[in-house]
Formats: sequence, structure tokens, C-alpha cells
Amino acid sequence: MTAALVPLVVLLPLLGAASALILGRHRRAQMLVSTAVLAGVVVIASILLATVDAGEPIAVNVGAWPAPFGIVLVVDRLSAIMLLVSAIVLLVVLVYAVGQGVADRHRETPVSIFHPSYLILSAGVFNAFIAGDLFNLYVGFEILLSASYVLLTLGGTGERIRAGVTYIIVSLVSSLFFLSAIALIYGATGTANIAQLSVRIGALPDDVQLMLHLLLLIAFGIKAAVFPLSFWLPDSYPTAPAPVTAVFAGLLTKVGVYAIIRTETVIFSEQDLSLLLMVVGGLTMVIGILGALTQADIKRLLSFTLVSHIGYMIFGIALGTQLGMAATIYYVVHHITVQTTLFLTTGLIERFGGATSINRLAGLLKASPFLAILFFIPALNLGGIPPFSGFLGKTGLFLAGGEQAAADPATAWLVWVVIAAGAVTSLITLYALTRFWNMAFWRGREELDGYESVLLGSVLEAPEGATVTATKTTPRLMVAATTVLVVVTVLLTVFAGPLFGLADRAAENLVDPSVYVSLVFPGGVQ
Amino acid sequence: MTGSLTLVVLMAVMFGAGISIMLERSLTRVLIGFLLVGNAVNVLIYLMSGAPGLAPILGEGVDADEISDPLPQAFVLTAIVINLGITAFMLALIYRSWWLAQLGAKGDLVDDEEEDLHDAEEAADLIRISAADDAAIQELIEASDEEPEEDLEFEAVARDRAEQDPTAHDRTDGEADR
Repeated sequence: MTAALVPLVVLLPLLGAASALILGRHRRAQMLVSTAVLAGVVVIASILLATVDAGEPIAVNVGAWPAPFGIVLVVDRLSAIMLLVSAIVLLVVLVYAVGQGVADRHRETPVSIFHPSYLILSAGVFNAFIAGDLFNLYVGFEILLSASYVLLTLGGTGERIRAGVTYIIVSLVSSLFFLSAIALIYGATGTANIAQLSVRIGALPDDVQLMLHLLLLIAFGIKAAVFPLSFWLPDSYPTAPAPVTAVFAGLLTKVGVYAIIRTETVIFSEQDLSLLLMVVGGLTMVIGILGALTQADIKRLLSFTLVSHIGYMIFGIALGTQLGMAATIYYVVHHITVQTTLFLTTGLIERFGGATSINRLAGLLKASPFLAILFFIPALNLGGIPPFSGFLGKTGLFLAGGEQAAADPATAWLVWVVIAAGAVTSLITLYALTRFWNMAFWRGREELDGYESVLLGSVLEAPEGATVTATKTTPRLMVAATTVLVVVTVLLTVFAGPLFGLADRAAENLVDPSVYVSLVFPGGVQ
Repeated sequence: MTGSLTLVVLMAVMFGAGISIMLERSLTRVLIGFLLVGNAVNVLIYLMSGAPGLAPILGEGVDADEISDPLPQAFVLTAIVINLGITAFMLALIYRSWWLAQLGAKGDLVDDEEEDLHDAEEAADLIRISAADDAAIQELIEASDEEPEEDLEFEAVARDRAEQDPTAHDRTDGEADR
């Protein structure tokens, strides 16, 4: 019964996009359709998660074609968790965007194409999470990328076109990598079905496996913005409208991380690239956060912290143990919500303070104490201050690291180095965010002129300069949506026990690829 | 697995040419490079289906071992469609960036639009002023009803305002007619 719901997760947003396009001239109807569709997906995803967690993962053969030939949609605990979290985030951000769209109507935010593109983006994200074969995963990626091209260049201003070109070309290259990898994998094994690959790939010579493995990792690494493939992100995300940046930051990189998790745990479960991943993860953390230190613009600063915190997830994947995977899943959930929240709050700051640069914002605490709370909670959370979920996620990862180091003394030093890097990164994140807090919120408005401080000695303005328009009204809907997400991030702490249990059960399935295989092929596979 | 050497050579040339063009600065060349590499990947996928065979339609008297592998063909078709869509978008993007480079954001305004914008602002100002005046007059009228002793002073002010007002009204009406 619930199996019939799985294709709806992709179908609903696509149908919604079509009707939103038809309703282009009726704003209210359009908003109603897209909100209803995403709310529907949230409900379906909750049902799926409940069913799957009760112990019956779902595999659907679309069109009743049997598994290796037809398209398989697979929902296990990891997929269901990702579906639910992304659906919630997409819904909340949509409400925020509606609030913003109602407030300012000018040519830079043509709402009529925003809703269809946004729903298509959602369809792509959901499709990627339930894809059971590599080619369908590729199609999911392409759907979400095409929609993201439109959203990033929304309105076609010079700044956005310039940022969009970088983003689009980098994404195209990564897609070409991915497609070539699929072609070669198909040539080598005769299948693109993930479960079947898991069985067949072990029979290939080691060097062929290594090449295919690296090709996939490069393709997904670009999407997940893993160092050294992360250079494009801080240049392209900040110029988009606030809700778009928030969704991109929260979800798109995580789709890449999800694909890496599947690659490592199911497809190439026998080949071990954990050393490479660990080094890359450590470098991503440190180099990303060093970039964040020099940014005066809060949007660019957050983009760099986004890159940096991808490193934690890569570290968790590299550990490969059940605890490591569980902590990674928890961290992904935490990071999706908290990073989205921060970008939404930044959108509010931009409207309220009329700037995004640390050099031009001041006195916000007095002007709007509520906004200060909305920024302060997720900022502490991202920085990893107890008792927030950022602290819990990092502790989980470090515990898993310590366990792994004890189990494998040969690479223990590397694990400890990366753990140290993670701790330092978390501190620097906290430093960068509290510096912004001190300047923008605590500093009095009257101190702004001629302000000098060692704290601001090394920060650089965004290359485009500030193009923020004057202060506008801040609609209640935007504040409400942000508040909801802040509450969700806090709930991640309150319900950390059950959530970590869920993540642990999801990780249990991941460390043993045969679970995934027997799910798709209940009768065994050759 | 057997494949055609010609296709392998073709694929290699397309990959090489495509990548080198993609490294150019001009966006149009990047797009051409992307198309070449994209088609090279399509040829690669096709190559992976092995030796060509019969059309992949199973029916009476067709041996399943003699047909071509249909799956890569389906992949190639999908990839072609995706490439087509992205090419269309890239062309629009290139045109837009050329437009911005040539004309800047001002190029977006139709010839008389800038004037219209100016007029609209003026009209909005007038409406705002006259509305404020109307409100002030209304207030004065109400005030005069209640407090007759201050009548004279207020009437004078009201007369001043009213003198400005009709002209404002006329001009906004004219604006609306146009």
C-alpha cells in the first residue's frame, strides 16, 4: 500500500510545477498549489519514514518492469530521513519566499517562474534520494540542476548572470564526469542498477575499480563542494535571492553527500578509499573555514562555512563504521536545517539592516531583539556549542573517530589529526559567527562611523560590492518561516536521543550492503 | 566485448577538441565545447553496448542473444534530450550576458519606459501629497465643527492648502488619462 506512495514523491512536485506554470498569472492560486504540493510530500515522507522504520524498506519497480531492466525506486531508512528533512526545509523556505514575493514586486523577482522552477528542483532532489539505479540518479541530478540554473539566474541581473555562468559550467562538467562514469561502469559490469553493481563490481580488476570509483567521487565531490572541488560555491551561491541561496546551501550539497554515501557503502563497499576521503575531509574543513575568516559579507562567510562543514560529513563517511555513519546521518540532518536557517536569517538581516557587510551593519540588537535571537541560536548551533545539535553531531563523529583509531592503530594518527582539525574548525566557525554577531548586533549604531578594530583588520568585502537596496518592510510570513526552522533546529537537540537511534538503525543497513541488495532483489541476484 | 575502432577514434577526437574549446574564455566556445564533449560521452555510452546486432525488438523467431543491447540506447536518448534543454538555456544565458555587456542594465528599459517611470513617480508623489492635503482638510473641517473659536486661523490654513490642491488633482487626472 505505502509502496504506491513512493512515485508520488516525484510526481506530485512535477504535476504541481506544470499547474503552477499554467497558473502563472494567478499568484494566489500558484502559491496555494506549490504549498499544497510540498505539504503533501511532507505527509507522504512522514508515512514512508514510519513504515520503513517499522522494518519494511520499500522497493518499487516502476511500470512493473523487473529490477535490473526497469527503474527501481528504493526507500530505506536513509532515503526516508533525507526525504522528510528536505521536504520540510523546502516547504518552510517556500513559505518564506511567498512572504518575500508578496512584499516586493519588482522585476528582479519574477514570481511566476519562481514557483514552477522551485517545484521542479524539489522533484529532482526527491528523485535523487529514492533512485535505485545510477542512471536514474543522474536524471534526478539533471532535473535539480536545470531548475537550479533558472533559480540562480532569476531576473537576469548582471551580477547573477556572472555568478550563474560559473555555477552552470562547473555543474555541466560534473554531469559529464558522472555520465562518463555511468557509461564506463555499464561497459564494465553490464548494469547501472545500484544493488546489482554492489554484487558485480567486486569481480573487476582492482585498477579498473579504482578508476570508476574515483570518477564517481569526482562527479559527486563537485556537487558536494568537497575541497579541492569547492572553489565554485562561495562565488555563485551568495548572489541569488535569499530563499534560493538557503535551499541551495541546505540541500544541493547534501544530495552530493548522499550520493557519496551510497557510492561508498553500496557500490564500492569492498574497495577502501577511506584514507583519501579522510585527508580530503580534513582539508575541506580547515581550508573552508580559513576562507570564512576573511569575509566581511555574511552571505559569503556562510558559504565558506558551508564548504567547511561538508568536511565533517566526508570524515564520517571515511570512517565507515556504524557509529561513524550514524553520526554522519545525524550531522547531515543538523546541517541541512541549521545552514538553511542561517541563510534565511541573513535574508531578514539584509532587509532589516539594509546591508550584509560586517562593516556596515550595527545596532541590530536594539533595533530588533527577535531577529537577534533568530540569528544567535543557529549561529551557536553551527559553531557547536552544547547543548545544540551541532555539538551532538560533532561529538558523535569524534567518538566514532576515537573508536576507529583504537581499532586500527596504523591510521590512528591520521584520524586524530582530522579530529583535531574538526575541533579547531568548529572553534573558528564560532569565532567568525560571533564576530559578525558582535559587530552587527552588539555594536551601537552610533559607533559605526570610523570604527576601527583588530577584528576587522583582515576582512575583505565581497568583490561585487554591496548591491543591497534600502530597507524594506519585513513581512510577518518571512519571520514566521524562519522562526519555525529555528524551532526545528532546537528540536533536533530535544529529540536527539530518538533521532540518533533512528540514524543508528539507518547506519546499520548501510554498513552491510547485502541489506540493500536483498531489498531490491528479494530472490537473489547473479 | 567488441566495438568499432572508428567510433573510438571519433570519440577521442571529440573529447579532445571539446575539452580544449571548453577552456577558452568566450562563452559561446564553452558551449560548443560542452556540446562536443556531451556527444563524445554519448558515443562512449553507445560503444558500451558492444557489437551491433538486430533491432532490439523481441518477437517470433528472434534470438535474444542476437539483438543489440537496448539500455545504452535509452541512456543516449535521455542524455541527448537533457543536453538539448541545457543548450537552449545556455544560449539564452549567453545572449543575456552579451546583452548586459553591450547595453548594461539600462538596455532592459524600452525607449520611453524610463520616461514613464519618471512620470509614474511624479504622479505617485502628487497623489500622496493631495491625499495628505485631503486628510488635513478633513481634519480641519472636523476640528472646526467642534471648536468654533479657532475657526479663523484654521480656515486660513485650509484655504492655502486648498489652493494648491486643485492643481494637483488636475495634474494627476491628466496623468491617468494619458
